[in-house]
Amino acid sequence: MGETPHRSADAGTGGTRVTQSHEWPAVLGACGRGTSQHPFPGRAGLGGGGALPRSRKFGAERAFRGLTLAAGTAVLVIIAAIAIFLVAKAVPALRANTENFWSYEGWSPNDPQPKFGIGTLAFGTVLSSALALLIAVPVALGIALYLSHYAPRRLGTALGFLVDLLAAVPSVVFGLWGRDVFSSPVRDFSVWLNQHFGWIPLFGGDGPFGASIMLGALVLAIMVLPIITSLSREVFLQTPTANEEAALALGATRWEMLRTAVLPYGRPGIIAAVMLGLGRALGETIALALTLGITFGISFNLIQNGGNTIAANIANAFGEANETGRGALIASGLVLFTITLIVNITARAIIYRRREFTESAA
Amino acid sequence: MAKRVEASNVTAYYGGFKAIENINLTVEPKTVTALIGPSGCGKSTFLRSINRMHEVLPGARVEGSLTIDDQDIYDRDVDVTAVRRMIGMVFQRPNPFPTMSIFENVVAGLKLNGVRKKSILDEAAEKALRSANLWDEVKDRLGKPGAGLSGGQQQRLCIARTIAVEPQVVLMDEPCSALDPISTLAIEDLMFQLKDKFTIIIVTHNMQQAARVSDRTAFFSIEKTGDPGRLIEYDNTQKIFSNPSVKKTEDYITGRFG
Repeated sequence: MGETPHRSADAGTGGTRVTQSHEWPAVLGACGRGTSQHPFPGRAGLGGGGALPRSRKFGAERAFRGLTLAAGTAVLVIIAAIAIFLVAKAVPALRANTENFWSYEGWSPNDPQPKFGIGTLAFGTVLSSALALLIAVPVALGIALYLSHYAPRRLGTALGFLVDLLAAVPSVVFGLWGRDVFSSPVRDFSVWLNQHFGWIPLFGGDGPFGASIMLGALVLAIMVLPIITSLSREVFLQTPTANEEAALALGATRWEMLRTAVLPYGRPGIIAAVMLGLGRALGETIALALTLGITFGISFNLIQNGGNTIAANIANAFGEANETGRGALIASGLVLFTITLIVNITARAIIYRRREFTESAA
Repeated sequence: MAKRVEASNVTAYYGGFKAIENINLTVEPKTVTALIGPSGCGKSTFLRSINRMHEVLPGARVEGSLTIDDQDIYDRDVDVTAVRRMIGMVFQRPNPFPTMSIFENVVAGLKLNGVRKKSILDEAAEKALRSANLWDEVKDRLGKPGAGLSGGQQQRLCIARTIAVEPQVVLMDEPCSALDPISTLAIEDLMFQLKDKFTIIIVTHNMQQAARVSDRTAFFSIEKTGDPGRLIEYDNTQKIFSNPSVKKTEDYITGRFG
């Protein structure tokens, strides 16, 4: 409506006023500390006048800087401490291993002749997480787009709140629900898949079905859904109206507008959201320990009982592990740590590659 | 490539608020028409109802009839995206797509219309950028982000993006209000060239600008805050600025109010 010039003029004057009001308490504070007997030393007080005071050696400024430095350093210290702990505990167990740590399919580190391999666990971790994301990401983006651009504002807010609530459900509850309730429809579905699409190796096998990678991945998908949904919704809502209108004014339908203006603008945010979801999926422990069939073997079969992940294996095996057993589990934790690290670095790299475009957007 | 715009009894609402009332106005093809008036008088609202962008806002609606060469754009059967393709719009603040390169920005409208062939896109991009007087400045960096250009260049990029789809009518909503005087001059020159091909309607707060660029001028005003905006006077620009027939127009032109 052409009011911008007026508004910006007001903002200008407002700005000056704000600065002034910020300086008042500071100066009053300094005066109160006893450099002057009167809080308003003459008319020249606030603007200076007289000799300039010396800068303070030990003030709040310096203390605050020290605090932030300490907080920043703490991150490094913690990461280093975790890495040292993991390596120090893992190395003796790895030395005692009588099989190849990378290729052996099995986990018996408590035997007198310890035999364990990370291959199957790492494979199960990556497979279940990838499958979970494959299911969750399209659904989450659909929900996010609906909430941000299609739903009436009020409904959008209410539904958004419900989605956030889903994120607050503890993972053990998801695990129990997956095991006791969700497993039977998944079993029926698996049997159906096996009957009709058994010729595809993914759905082959002779059963039993149910406590499978498919069940674990579905439960995981439900668990990562809220994170991805609510982050991408935030990102979509931040798209500048000007860009959306530009697309509409070019004759875009609503879906084309989303594709031209909203999705590209939100891309780095979507990637970050997916990576956060992946992080949760990779590290998820108890839900998978409860739903998976726990076998050791590398197989792409999604519907037969079986599957295992690093985190679920740690939860299941830690209780009755001896010294070497614990070391072996910690070694597997180190591998999980490395996998998540690689995922994060990849995400950063993807975001960085388009930096030129996203930075000018901000 | 240019069409007549005819508004009769156009009334526009924001929810329960009536922003403009009974606007009657005919814009001839290949002319520049300026809409002037004080803030809040509804000139931008009227502009946005010409390409049906007004109804994008929740609760906003338009009554009355608006025709482009006798086609009613508010007809129930009319595809709104086709209307917007026919009537391009340039906004107050330059709004190139931040994630797209200069080239992608210019051809964004064509791509929305399903043009995929590289040679056609290249040709159209060069043509649009040349028409927008931007080609020489950007031809060596078409792959760079559009948002990296200066404000004036960005606005010309947005004009290029708008005219790349070869609309019949180009609407401009205070296109120079965020620009410095040099860039403003560049855009005004551009309007002169563009009116050979397009019907141009521009909203401006700058009366010198209206006097410089337009053939016809429409003066909008409101009685008081909360009242709907009305068209007070519509005539040749020269007449409006030298000898307006309504007292209120004269007061506004001479700076006595608004």
